[in-house]
Amino acid sequence: MESLSWTGAIGAFMNPIFVITLACFGLAVVMQLVMSFFAEPMTLQSNADGTLMQRGGMFGGIERITKVAFMVLIALILLYVIAGVLLPYGKAGIVGLMAKRLLPVWIALVLTYTLSIMFKRKLGLYGKLFDSTVGMIGFGLVMFWVFTAIFAGGFDMLVTHDPLDQISGLKNKVPGVAIPDGNEVTWPHYLLGGDNLARDIFSRMIKGSVIVIAIAPLATLFAFMVGITLGLPAGYFGGRLDTVLSFLANLILAFPVILLFYLLVTPEIVATGIPSFMAAFLFVFPIVFFAVLLNSRYYTQPSKRNPMLIVVLGILGWLYLSLISQSGTVLNFMPDALDGFDINPGILVVFVSVVFVNAPTVFRIVRGLALDLRTRDYVAAAQTRGEGSWYIMLWEILPNARGPLIVDFCLRIGYTTILLGTLGFFGLGLPPESPDWGSTINEGRKLLLIVAHPALPPAAALLSLVLGLNLLADGLREESLKD
Amino acid sequence: MGLFILRRLGVMILTAICLTFVVFWLTNLAPNLEKLAKTQGNARMSDEAVISYLENRGYAQPLPIKYGQWMGLLPGYVIEGTDGELRGRCAERGQDPTDAPKFCGVLQGEWGFSTRFKEDVSKIISVRLGHTAKLMGLVMLVMVPGALIIGVLAGMREGSRTDRTLSTFSIISTATPEYVSGVVLIALFGTATFGMKIFKGNANSAMDDATFENFTLPVLTIALYGMGYIARMTRASMTEVMTAQYIRTARLKGVAFRTIVMKHALRNALIAPFTVIMLQFPWLLNGVVIVESLFSYKGFGWTLVEAASTNDIELLLGVSVVSVFVVLVTQLISDIGYVFLNPRIRIA
Repeated sequence: MESLSWTGAIGAFMNPIFVITLACFGLAVVMQLVMSFFAEPMTLQSNADGTLMQRGGMFGGIERITKVAFMVLIALILLYVIAGVLLPYGKAGIVGLMAKRLLPVWIALVLTYTLSIMFKRKLGLYGKLFDSTVGMIGFGLVMFWVFTAIFAGGFDMLVTHDPLDQISGLKNKVPGVAIPDGNEVTWPHYLLGGDNLARDIFSRMIKGSVIVIAIAPLATLFAFMVGITLGLPAGYFGGRLDTVLSFLANLILAFPVILLFYLLVTPEIVATGIPSFMAAFLFVFPIVFFAVLLNSRYYTQPSKRNPMLIVVLGILGWLYLSLISQSGTVLNFMPDALDGFDINPGILVVFVSVVFVNAPTVFRIVRGLALDLRTRDYVAAAQTRGEGSWYIMLWEILPNARGPLIVDFCLRIGYTTILLGTLGFFGLGLPPESPDWGSTINEGRKLLLIVAHPALPPAAALLSLVLGLNLLADGLREESLKD
Repeated sequence: MGLFILRRLGVMILTAICLTFVVFWLTNLAPNLEKLAKTQGNARMSDEAVISYLENRGYAQPLPIKYGQWMGLLPGYVIEGTDGELRGRCAERGQDPTDAPKFCGVLQGEWGFSTRFKEDVSKIISVRLGHTAKLMGLVMLVMVPGALIIGVLAGMREGSRTDRTLSTFSIISTATPEYVSGVVLIALFGTATFGMKIFKGNANSAMDDATFENFTLPVLTIALYGMGYIARMTRASMTEVMTAQYIRTARLKGVAFRTIVMKHALRNALIAPFTVIMLQFPWLLNGVVIVESLFSYKGFGWTLVEAASTNDIELLLGVSVVSVFVVLVTQLISDIGYVFLNPRIRIA
């Protein structure tokens, strides 16, 4: 097998066009920035026949060039992908092969977008997201990684090699390198080259998304549960409770995050069992949250409440107990027959510390929102009706605070992803051979000055996911402010 | 105002005490002490040897007593070890422990002795902080004006193409953590892979002699991440000011747009970013740790990583006191500065 070039046969005519368009686009953006200081402000002129006309001139022309160049860029990228999917193996180079390999993701993305846009008027805030370009781009980036993680983690598709397999002779080899003859392999090339231990970088990047997509949203969700359960009463009741909780939150926030990680996520601390106790403490909050949520609403109808609480608390309680009871740690009390699952202790400690770092910020946001909303009329109305405090907090205040909370949730998943990467970067928590992006960046950066390519794919992946989440949050904020 | 500052100072001291106690507790847990003994003595120590090592050096005392000694509230230990040697906490090297002063803690200005670097903690921290101050100073010099200009330009005409372009830039920069941008920048400009080897990918030489070549990449890496956030805050505050009544009045009077931005809007728009910039300091500390490890620049952040990974208790305590102090002082300054900048706010 021959080694691959980046774009293969189609590159001969596609690449020059792409470079020229890219240069045009860059130049036009810069020109537009410079000219905006001198040009007249853009105005819309209304004509007598009721149409609108945009002012032309130099500035208008440049704006049009930017728009067209951007459209052409998108079209070219699509062309690369489609050509890669349609052309036979190797004809469209590395880019084409990656596009081909990721075909299930493209299909899933196209389906999601078609369905969502078809029914967007019936889908509430989610549907409105498809009115904003920024939101759509962000959603696309996020869903790309979500689908990648689902296909790679759930069905073992997409990856070309096992992320831990080493093939001798491919150490630090450049992207597109062919696998030497005589190896029994599933795929004849290392698409993005080999890393320091001669493993396939492409497969490791894909597998890394599974870890990130599994931990980051879930950890953020837990942080929100903790933050909401403590923040609502702090803001609503105020007083001494607020003082104590705020002091504790500020105490945790005053810690430099990295120092906290270094203190919490070491094998020595794991051996003392502190993370297990922290997990036992932090994971109670979702149970408390749901119990209070249901009880405050249905306590007048015990016939409805009791079965509901028994089912919900039963499931959550079992999940909780099997989560915190780990064989090999201090908390190991469940008999094996009942213990549903064990998590890798490395992942558990990472999870706990990320929740612990995020929860105080969520607490502060929720507290601020509750302080603001408790003076509203509907709260006063509920108080006059004689509703309980927890009912008001969870069923009156919380739904009305959902806008900023959803936006912050998206941003915070991105921040959690960054934190996970930081942990990996310092080699804390997860085992060193783990393919998560932070650890792979850490592996790659050690030899960065000699071989640059192993560190770049995971870096780009992390960047695109966090960027997608940020854009998604921006789109959501824009759309939720409209009504 | 005076009362407010006093109260804040009280909370600050309480926070610092709580935090140092937490650090003290975590670093003095049994497995950590065992690691310390093994890295200091030898890695194949028997369990009895570890215990006697710790007992001889006062680590086996109860936690509150050790903390009191570190604080300087309790007299330092003088222990006759199992090997017959008399050791005292306050004894300088070679000094007879019976002659040494009784108290030696933070209150007496003694920050302890680093087991990793074999030097006084106060000396290590002051030298390392100097290196970091150089880095941070340059970062601030690049980041703050850059972010303010981007924010003001984007915010003065909300929704324009300039706004879109600059906002996209700031979103991208907030989405790029230091370890990503650092790696990308080094790969682009520090290696020959892309044929653009302009800078050095290693800042070790910048500690003594910072040049454009070896210091640009670390400064840029930290500045880029913080820049986007400050720029977005500035933009938000600028757009809010631009919709204010007095700006509309000025426009209706026919004042030129440039004059409106420079004279009417700018001052009011810069109040909010001031607090953001001050609160950005603790964040920068995070970035500093990453960037200093990435570029092997031996400053404060590098010291933190070294101290934490070798469980160097007293150095780690010194480092956490400094960083907690930075966090709390910047909070205080941002509160006070906010009052001075915005005459509409009074703190009783």
